[in-house]
Amino acid sequence: MLERLFQFAGGRRDLVNLLLLGALLLVVMPLVLDSFRLNLAGKYLSFAFVAVGLVLCWGYGGILSLGQGIFFGLGGYLMAMFLKLESSGAELPDFMVWNSLESLPAFWQPFHSFGFTLLAIFVVPTLLAWLIGAAMFKRRVGGVYFAIITQALAWILSILFIGQQGLTGGINGITNFSTLLGWDLYSESAKLTLYYVNAALLIGVLLASRFILDSRLGKLLVAVRDKEDRVRFSGFDVSNFKIFVFCVAALFSAIGGAMFTLQVGLISPSLMGIVPSIEMVVFAAVGGRYSVIGAVYGTLLVSYGKTFLSENFPELWLYFIGALFIAVVMVFPNGLAGLVDNLRQRLRPRGRALPVTAVAEEARA
Amino acid sequence: MGDILIMQAFSGLSLFSVLLLMALGLAIIFGLMGVINMAHGELMAMGAYTTYLTSVVFEKYLPGLMGAYLIFAIVFAFLVTFAFGNLMERFMIQHLYRRPLDTLLATWGLSLILQQGFRTIFGAPEVGVPMPDWLLGAWQVTDAIEIPLNGLFVMALSLLVTLAVFVFIFRSRWGLRIRAVTQNRVMSGAVGIDTKRVDRVTFSIGSGVAGIAGAAFTLLGSTGPGTGQLYIVDTFMVVVFGGVQSLIGTIVSAFTIAEAQSTMEFFLSGSMAKVLTLLGIVVILFFRPEGLLSLKVRK
Amino acid sequence: MHTPTRRFLSRIAKTGLAAAMALSLAQGAQAAPATAAVNTTGLAVDDASVTVGILHSLSGTIAITESSVVDAEKLAIDEINAAGGVLGRQIKVVVEDGASDWPTFAEKANKLLGSDKAAAVFGCYTSASRKAVLPVFERGKGLLYYPTYYEGLEQSPNIIYTGQEATQQNIAAVEWLIKEKGAKTFYLLGSDYIWPRTTNKIAKKVIERLGGKVVAEEYAPLGHTQFGSIINKIKLRKPDVVLSTIVGGSNVALYKQLKAAGLDGGNKTLMAFAITEEEVRGIGAENVTGVYVPMGYFQTVDNEANRKFVAAFKARYGEDRVIGDTMEAGYIAPYLWKAAVEKAGSFDVEKVAAASAGLELDAPEGMVKLHDSNHHLYKYTRIGQIRADGLMDIVHETGLIEPNPYPEL
Repeated sequence: MLERLFQFAGGRRDLVNLLLLGALLLVVMPLVLDSFRLNLAGKYLSFAFVAVGLVLCWGYGGILSLGQGIFFGLGGYLMAMFLKLESSGAELPDFMVWNSLESLPAFWQPFHSFGFTLLAIFVVPTLLAWLIGAAMFKRRVGGVYFAIITQALAWILSILFIGQQGLTGGINGITNFSTLLGWDLYSESAKLTLYYVNAALLIGVLLASRFILDSRLGKLLVAVRDKEDRVRFSGFDVSNFKIFVFCVAALFSAIGGAMFTLQVGLISPSLMGIVPSIEMVVFAAVGGRYSVIGAVYGTLLVSYGKTFLSENFPELWLYFIGALFIAVVMVFPNGLAGLVDNLRQRLRPRGRALPVTAVAEEARA
Repeated sequence: MGDILIMQAFSGLSLFSVLLLMALGLAIIFGLMGVINMAHGELMAMGAYTTYLTSVVFEKYLPGLMGAYLIFAIVFAFLVTFAFGNLMERFMIQHLYRRPLDTLLATWGLSLILQQGFRTIFGAPEVGVPMPDWLLGAWQVTDAIEIPLNGLFVMALSLLVTLAVFVFIFRSRWGLRIRAVTQNRVMSGAVGIDTKRVDRVTFSIGSGVAGIAGAAFTLLGSTGPGTGQLYIVDTFMVVVFGGVQSLIGTIVSAFTIAEAQSTMEFFLSGSMAKVLTLLGIVVILFFRPEGLLSLKVRK
Repeated sequence: MHTPTRRFLSRIAKTGLAAAMALSLAQGAQAAPATAAVNTTGLAVDDASVTVGILHSLSGTIAITESSVVDAEKLAIDEINAAGGVLGRQIKVVVEDGASDWPTFAEKANKLLGSDKAAAVFGCYTSASRKAVLPVFERGKGLLYYPTYYEGLEQSPNIIYTGQEATQQNIAAVEWLIKEKGAKTFYLLGSDYIWPRTTNKIAKKVIERLGGKVVAEEYAPLGHTQFGSIINKIKLRKPDVVLSTIVGGSNVALYKQLKAAGLDGGNKTLMAFAITEEEVRGIGAENVTGVYVPMGYFQTVDNEANRKFVAAFKARYGEDRVIGDTMEAGYIAPYLWKAAVEKAGSFDVEKVAAASAGLELDAPEGMVKLHDSNHHLYKYTRIGQIRADGLMDIVHETGLIEPNPYPEL
């Protein structure tokens, strides 16, 4: 039984790490933080979904997407459409009235249904990722070029959303909704519940990632990243693996986006553009690009750093985050997870197994 | 109406020269070296601020030469960004040549630092650069056709820089070395080319061209700490759409985007034109992810 | 459409000036009332101090404009403190950076209300940031003073709007163009978001009502810098007036390119809705000389309160600084809050909001008055013409105009 549990979680050490994280998210943080700070933590954790997805597709799949904001934003917008319709009741949502729309656009109609909305959050971003992935990977476009194209897509989509204000709320985004199925989202109990749902979903996503990485597919992914040609010559259709992992990352991001909308109470194009997309890459990089759990810590650390610095030294924030980018890339390419591994190795020079990052590094060399 | 068409053609060409000037430096760095420099926009802003500083200094100490300050400013902008690019290559880029995605992150970090640096040094408000007298007004071709002189100047500059880049890359010894290293680094090293030095020069030239672009744009727009951000995405779009590794592709792409956008802007609302242009780019990239004119972008 | 009400001008001008000032002096002399009596809702008020928040972008794209508003708000707060504070309490300020990012605004608003228990918050500049914090203020029972001229279509019990809503800025300006400048044809050009669209919607109605004609209405994306084609269209349509609601950095490009194409304030009637004295400096006065701007306030407004304000501002922040409409609207906000608190005899948000109705203040822009019900100010509309030195010649001035955030069009 225990063995199977270990296996499921990807080994004893990963299980311990996961339990530690679970304890931090589910027990320590709700105990230590006041309601405002906990809500803030919930917001940060919704970004962690994106970072975990990035570890999968960047760290393991070798494809860096600079457009994860697209999927995060889509998830957020889809959820917001439902919430906005609910809070508008029989009337047209306020921003449509301001933009002189006469009636609800057809594609908004199904979002009266919560079931449909949930389905859409799962399907729409994944489908879009599949389209992008199929167009790019089937033609063996990858690496730097893929990064730039996804960035361009993020930019275009945010311009589209800003431009189509009658349909999307324009630069303001969709704001001012307060209930989910009649449940007051601003009440203390709702905030707490949402935080727990968010944390539980995140742990679910972590388990799913572990499961994918430990399956045969995960091993193939690493193989593809390191020597794509050899895998291809062995008879595998490499592009399918990449498309799959990119879709998974998109799905994770969309869940994060939906949770963001619920906890922050708004979604706007500023969350799908280039800047947030790149920031999320930094979360993953700081956590360690080969560690899904590291991604969560990276997200929390950088976000708290941002809040702390912008509250106390607003003008230093950009210097700091800039320096962090450079330092992570040039000095600690494996991020926090790499630091922890180094420490562990130093403490126990004859460790039984090489840590993940070391294996990955060796494979790259 | 015919007059307007001519002026419309001119405004398309003017946008083309702007896009080209923006993208040229990046095309060199990205296309020839495979390096993504996210701080490219900030290099342009650096060129623009250099122009601003030059104008301030001339106004104060050499008011008699105010008419010629722009020429000096362009040269200074090139020198400053060339030097900065050199340092950047030395301390950052050269350690990351084998990790292109990491270059992207590190240069993005640098761009944030530069932005805040501009804000600290020059203040948050945008700064204005005076237009030299000889660039004010328009060239009156006929009664109805007026060609703005500053647009004409940017066009001429763009042409000049493009020519210079082509001559440098395809006709000079340095260009030969650069092309050799691009094609086969190991072999180039083996026949005695100092590949490290070639990399540094290439990167510095690309940065310098960005500086020139920044200097030129002070004539059309404003200069603020966030100016670089405004330019960077357009720049990348032009390069990506044209196809990496192809300078000709960059030119074709800048031309296509500029003409499409300015034509649509004439018939539709500016906002719709932008959206349609971008959508067009996306659709084409879906069918030709490697861009208009690129031979191979495989890993 | 309502015709703007002007009957207040004469009445208000005659009533006692500086009523708020006199009140504050009297209060300062008395012993401060007990905290328990003036604060029943758990705000950060003690016997000696009261905490308020300032929430603007200090970083990011809009920081340029918003940091100046912060300067003005801080000046007002320090002046109030020097004169004895509010209900005998010194105002403490917590400044938060919204970082030009809407979710951050919501987050910081939450902090100011939830953790800092701010009795009032002065902040926000863009509509998007206000929309982001609006539910937070309504839920958290906070009070926000919002200083920007904006599109209207909003009226929250928890927000006091100290800038002009769209009809106040707009209607008088368009009427003036048609009646005084004899304009018949208009080209409406704006940035693509809600404020320009609403402004143009109102302008269009007024133009049509007065027999004018809109020859084109078009929007450029935010941050647009290439206006070549648009300028050609303007030349083709030959409108009498170009009404611009272009905002931000785009303005620099627009006016430089207009001028290069031979269209400038000297030979074409250009009216800009989003250029204050501060923005003129970024654009370069030489590019916008002669352009008309309708606003509630200009630095050149000639009255005693404004002379004092301008002198105090320059003494504190430097001779070379200029003051624009939103800065003045930010400056009067703490005074309006103080007057309301002292009228209510309490810091409780509900009581302060209720006491705000009908308040009058001798502001640098002239005597202003809060509306009895809609939380907006009766304001003047002035039309300024940009001078070569970057300040405005006031060429036209209306009486006080009633705020009408939900115009029927």
